[in-house]
Amino acid sequence: MTTNDILHETYSALTANKVRTGLTMLGIIIGISSVITMVSIGNGAQNSIQSSIQSIGSNLVIVTPGATRSFGGGPQQARGSAQTLTVADGQAIQSQVANIGSIAFDVSSREQVIAKGTNSNTSITGTTASYATVRNIEVSDGVFITDQDVAVSAKVVVLGPTTASDLFTDGTEPVGQQIRINGGIYTIVGVTKSKGGSGFSNADDAIYMPYTTAQHYISGNQYLTEIDVSASSAEVTTQVQNDITTLLLSRHNIADTTKADFSTLNQSDIIATASSVTSTFTILLAAVAGISLLVGGIGIMNMMLTTVTERTREIGLRKAIGAKKSDINNQFLIESIMLTFTGGVIGVALGWTISIVVSQLGIISTTVTVSSVLLAFGVSAVIGVLFGYYPARRAANLNPIDALRFE
Amino acid sequence: MIEVSNITKTYNSGENSFQALKGVSFTINNGEFVAIMGPSGSGKSTLMHILGCLDTPTSGIYQLDGKDVSTMTDDEQADIRRDNIGFVFQSFNLLPRTTVLRNVMLPLIYANETPERREVEARNALLAAGLDEKYFMHKSNQLSGGQIQRVAIARALVNNPTMILADEPTGNLDSRTGEIVLGTFQRLNETLGRTVILITHEPDVAEHADRIIVIRDGVIVSDAKNTKKRKAAIHTDQQ
Repeated sequence: MTTNDILHETYSALTANKVRTGLTMLGIIIGISSVITMVSIGNGAQNSIQSSIQSIGSNLVIVTPGATRSFGGGPQQARGSAQTLTVADGQAIQSQVANIGSIAFDVSSREQVIAKGTNSNTSITGTTASYATVRNIEVSDGVFITDQDVAVSAKVVVLGPTTASDLFTDGTEPVGQQIRINGGIYTIVGVTKSKGGSGFSNADDAIYMPYTTAQHYISGNQYLTEIDVSASSAEVTTQVQNDITTLLLSRHNIADTTKADFSTLNQSDIIATASSVTSTFTILLAAVAGISLLVGGIGIMNMMLTTVTERTREIGLRKAIGAKKSDINNQFLIESIMLTFTGGVIGVALGWTISIVVSQLGIISTTVTVSSVLLAFGVSAVIGVLFGYYPARRAANLNPIDALRFE
Repeated sequence: MIEVSNITKTYNSGENSFQALKGVSFTINNGEFVAIMGPSGSGKSTLMHILGCLDTPTSGIYQLDGKDVSTMTDDEQADIRRDNIGFVFQSFNLLPRTTVLRNVMLPLIYANETPERREVEARNALLAAGLDEKYFMHKSNQLSGGQIQRVAIARALVNNPTMILADEPTGNLDSRTGEIVLGTFQRLNETLGRTVILITHEPDVAEHADRIIVIRDGVIVSDAKNTKKRKAAIHTDQQ
C-alpha cells in the first residue's frame, strides 16, 4: 500500500461519519487548546511579574535598617524603623566591597507637598545622583539631582510624572516652578519618565531631592533609610550581598548574625522566588488542561473501538482478499493518529487565538511559547498512537472467518 | 492445480470436540468448473475456508500449484489469498461509500501494484465480469444486487487467481439474477479458462458446473462429472 492509498482509506473512513469524527476530535481540540492557553497565561503572568521586579533596578542589593532593639527586652519595633545605617556605612560599602556598579543613599519619608494651592501627600526620597542608574530612572524633562546638589544640600527636587500631574493640574510646565514641603521652598529641576507601577512602590508618584537636603530639612538626623547597591553583573549579586553583610556586621560590632541591625535583600532572590511561584502556578494550569487532553484521548479510543466493531465485516473482507495483520493494524492506527493530529492542529490554532484574544482584551498579557506548541503536538501524537494501538490490535487480530460471518 | 489429500478438521470447544471433515481427498485441475454441494452442517463451509486459506486443516495436505499451504503462517496465507484466490461471497462484501472501480482495485492495492496498472486491470476485470462501463464510478450502494455481485466477481478476477472460490454466490439473489451470475461464471470458465469452485447447497445451482462433489457429514459421498450440465438461461449481459 502506498502512502497515498493509506491517506485515501483514512480520509474516506473518517468522513464516513462526520458528526462522530467531529465530536471525537472536539475532545482533543479542547484538550490541546486549553493546554496552550493555560501555559501561555502562566508564562504571561511569569513574564509580567519578572519584568515588574526587573523594573526596580538592575542586579540590585537593598540594605535596610533592622528593627530597633531596646536593652532589657523592650518591645521590638517594626523592621526598617531603626536608625542604624549611616552615610559612613554607605561610603564604606562603596570603597570596600568589590564588584559594585553604583550605589545610592536613600532618606525616605512621606510628606505633604503644596504647589500653588494644590496639595498632595507623597513619598519624598532623598538620594544621590547615582539613584537614577541604580533604579533605572530616566528623566523626561529637565535634569536629575547632581552630585553638586548633594554636596551643597541644594533645595531642588525632581518629580515623578504622577506627582507632577497631581500638583500641576492646570498643565503648567513643572520645571522651574517652586513647591513647599514641610515649610521649606524647593525648586523643581526635572520630571522623570513613567516606569509604570511596580509591586513594591510607585516610582511615578515620588519626589526626589538630594539626601543631604532631606537630612537637613526633613528628617533632621544623619541616618539613611536605605542603601541601594547595584552589582556590576547578575552573577556577583550574591557575593556583593554577602560582602555587605560581613562589612556592616563588623562596622556595627555584631558577632551574632541573627542579631544584625540591618537586612539585605537581593533582587535575584526576589525574582527566583517569584519565578518558582509562577512556575508552580503554570504547572497547575497545565495539569488541569492535561486532564482534559487525557479525557479527549479516551474519547478517541472509544470511537476507534466502536469503529472496529462496526467494520468487522470489512476487516474480514480485507483479510480475505490478501490484507496482512500489519496492513489492518496500520490502517486503524493511522486513522486514530490522523484524528488526533487534525484535532491537534485545530487545537493549537484555537489555543493560540484564545491566547491572543486574552492579551488583546487586556486580561493578562499571554505568551505562547514554541515549546508548549511542540509539547501539545507531541502529546496529541502520542495519544493517537497510545489510544489507537489497542483498537488497531483488536482489528488486526480478528479471524477473517469470524469477521466475514459477523452480522 | 488443487490437490487435497486426506484432510481432516476438528474443532475443540471445551471438552467437546467436533470433527467437521473426516478425511477428504480430491484433485481439481486448472480450467475446471466444480461445484461442492452439501446440506448445511455437511462440512462444505469448513472445506471452503481451508480451500480459501482462511483456515488450516488439522491433518492432511493441501497443495495449491504445488505449494503446501496447509502449514503456512497467517501472513503467508494472506499472500496466497492475495495472489492465488479470488473470493465471491454470498453477501457480496463490497466496501460501502467506495466506487465500483476502487472496490475492484482493492486486492491490487494490497499487492502493491502501481496505480496505473490497477486501473487497467480493474477495468478489464469489470468488463470481463460483464458490468457496463457507465457504472464504474458509481458507489457500490447505488447498484442492484446483480450488478453488485458482478463487481464482486470482477474483484475476484482482478488478481489473476488460480481459482475463483464462490461461496453461495446466488444465495442473496432472485433466481433470474442468480442465473445471470451463474452465466457469468460459465462464461469466465469456458471462454477465459478460469478455474471456478462453486460452494452451494442447491442442486439447481450445482448443476451449472461440469463436475459435482457432494459432501455429507464431513466425507465425500460422490465426485462425478455432471452429465446434465445446465446452461444458464440468461447468458447475455442485459440486466
